[in-house]
Amino acid sequence: MPRVLLVEDDPSVREGVEIGLRRRGHDVLAAATGEAGLEALGGFRPDLLLLDLMLPAMSGVQVCCRVRETSQLPIIMLTARGDDVDIVVGLEAGADDYIVKPARTEVIEARIRAVLRRIEGPVGARPAVERHGELDIDRAGHTVLVSGARVALAPSELKLLLYLSAAPGQVFSRQRLLEEVWEHSYHHDVRLVDACVRRLRAKIEDPSGSPRYIQTLRGFGYRFGPL
Amino acid sequence: MPGATAAFGLRTRLVIAFLLVAAVSAVTTAALTYREARSAVLERAQDTAVASFREEVERFVPSLPLDPDSLRWYLYDIAARAKPHPWIVFAEYGSLRASSGDRPVSGVLTAELRRTVLTSPHGSFERVVKDGKAYLTIGMPVMTRVVAGGGAVPSGLVLFAVMPMTNEEVDIDALVTAARHGALPGLVVALVPALLAARSVLRPVRELRRAANSMGGGQLDTRIPVHGRDEMADLARTFNESAARLERSVQELRDAGTRARRFASDVSHELRTPLAAMLAVTDVVDEDAGTLAPDTARAVRLISAETGKLAVLVEDLMEISRFDARAAELNADEVDAAEAVRRTLSDRQWLGRVRAELPDGLRIRLDPRRFDVIVANLVGNALRHGAEPVTVRLSARGGVLITEVHDSGSGIAPDALPHIFDRFYKADAARSRSIGSGLGLAITEENVQLHGGTIRADNAPGGGALFTVELPFDGPASRSGAPEDPSPAHGGTRPADSRDRTEATA
Repeated sequence: MPRVLLVEDDPSVREGVEIGLRRRGHDVLAAATGEAGLEALGGFRPDLLLLDLMLPAMSGVQVCCRVRETSQLPIIMLTARGDDVDIVVGLEAGADDYIVKPARTEVIEARIRAVLRRIEGPVGARPAVERHGELDIDRAGHTVLVSGARVALAPSELKLLLYLSAAPGQVFSRQRLLEEVWEHSYHHDVRLVDACVRRLRAKIEDPSGSPRYIQTLRGFGYRFGPL
Repeated sequence: MPGATAAFGLRTRLVIAFLLVAAVSAVTTAALTYREARSAVLERAQDTAVASFREEVERFVPSLPLDPDSLRWYLYDIAARAKPHPWIVFAEYGSLRASSGDRPVSGVLTAELRRTVLTSPHGSFERVVKDGKAYLTIGMPVMTRVVAGGGAVPSGLVLFAVMPMTNEEVDIDALVTAARHGALPGLVVALVPALLAARSVLRPVRELRRAANSMGGGQLDTRIPVHGRDEMADLARTFNESAARLERSVQELRDAGTRARRFASDVSHELRTPLAAMLAVTDVVDEDAGTLAPDTARAVRLISAETGKLAVLVEDLMEISRFDARAAELNADEVDAAEAVRRTLSDRQWLGRVRAELPDGLRIRLDPRRFDVIVANLVGNALRHGAEPVTVRLSARGGVLITEVHDSGSGIAPDALPHIFDRFYKADAARSRSIGSGLGLAITEENVQLHGGTIRADNAPGGGALFTVELPFDGPASRSGAPEDPSPAHGGTRPADSRDRTEATA
């Protein structure tokens, strides 16, 4: 069962979510501040960080940035719906997904499972490592090299890259990507996709030119290549 | 003159009034002048004529018996000394008639004059107009002195002078002509001050109209410059004061509205935190309810169920607050309408319960999440309040995508139709609270308007309620939401392409 680190300043919400998740068999450690949460990371070694955006002192976005400096731990933000700007900022900071409060525990757990789920490798005999230009993608080992150097990708970034590169040249609508990569409903927030594409490009594309691997087709969506 | 006021503008009416005044005063002046001048001219002429004729007659001592020939010479003599104009002298004595003219009897003399002459020793005169010509006729009895110191008695001989007044006529005609010729240029000259006056009256009126117009357009800080101290300046001042008062009260209303909206939004926000805690543990509560005492179990389940409803209500309240604060954003994307509707139905397991007529190939720019809310709400309502079969139909006409949701229930009560999109409106006051928050249709309407579309509720001819949504194909960007649009929170949202992140980077 996944180990979840919950950072939430409101005691009732903290307790409620903790009770709910424990009941579903998760190992939960709850922290009341961002600082306490960061401190607990090393000792607790969670599989996932459940992070409230609105925290006193150190904000959730700041915590997110600090975590991303060193690790690719899956991060799900808890947000008050309508804090639209915060959602975008949080996604830019590297969060993989977000949950709108108030939410039932089953919804929270479904999100957790979706983020932790690995993209299944494509069926059929394929080389362990695919080369796309300067990009080496190891589907089995879940590692990505750009010009021979390994890049650290957050879960959502890795899944998106694996999904797109499995069918080079094919265009996927943002709704489709939401469903396949995030396991959200078709109607969910496509900004998840856009923010993730931006983060992924920042890590694998040559910043001086236009995108080479993840290309935009206005009005249709995204595709990998063609190179 | 209501007809005239309707037919002519203020400027025309002012000019006409001005010219009328000018004309009336000109005509009156001319008429008075004419009358005075005419009587002065005529009186002078007739006074001179009467006096000189009397003199002539007094000097005239005829030798009796009168014989016509010698009498005629006398008359010639008198006629020669006519003053101021030539006159013809007639003499009448019994049946004797003589004159200095070519006819012994004048056709101008009246019986009236003949009668008065006989009774007045100093003679009398009369102005006669005959055949369009004016004559002065004077009659003088010739007196005889019977005894010295005694009164004079009429001799029975009467002399008449007939003087044509042609010169005076010409003078007077000249007066009339002068008045007539002077009047037209006078009126033309009067046109200039008339236009100037009209302009000076109309300029403030025009300014007032412009100002009133821009006030109506929502520019409540419009003011008019006040010049001078006349009535127009008073009007401008009054307008400015009224505008200021209006601006103040509108500002107060807006502030109150803003406060109310803020409050609703804050309340929803504050409610969300305890709800988040409660909602997180409802699973636990529901799971263990079976192990509790029956009453406790029912109470616990009740709390759990109502917590869920409360969460929906608060979420809807937040959504409405966002619309009210114009913070609702549209994340438009190009989608296939049929596919979008199918997803909505399948997400909610309605595919088996709803008849769908969804032609392919209708691609439209919209916010998929909001469109999902629109369709889900209408279909959910149809299934809940109407009756199956429920039909969802897509079609296109004239640049709009038409989405129709039709149920087979008893329709919507006529008195409920106008209010069906009101917040918390319950079509049936006695109806128990359903799963809905009472905000569903209000949110649906807001979502449609955010896309620049329209929504209608009707009763279909064949029975059942029919909701029709029309969304423009070219997307919401074709709308311009004016930020100064004074209408309250309806339709006037920001153009929602600011957040349209189809192009992440390029």
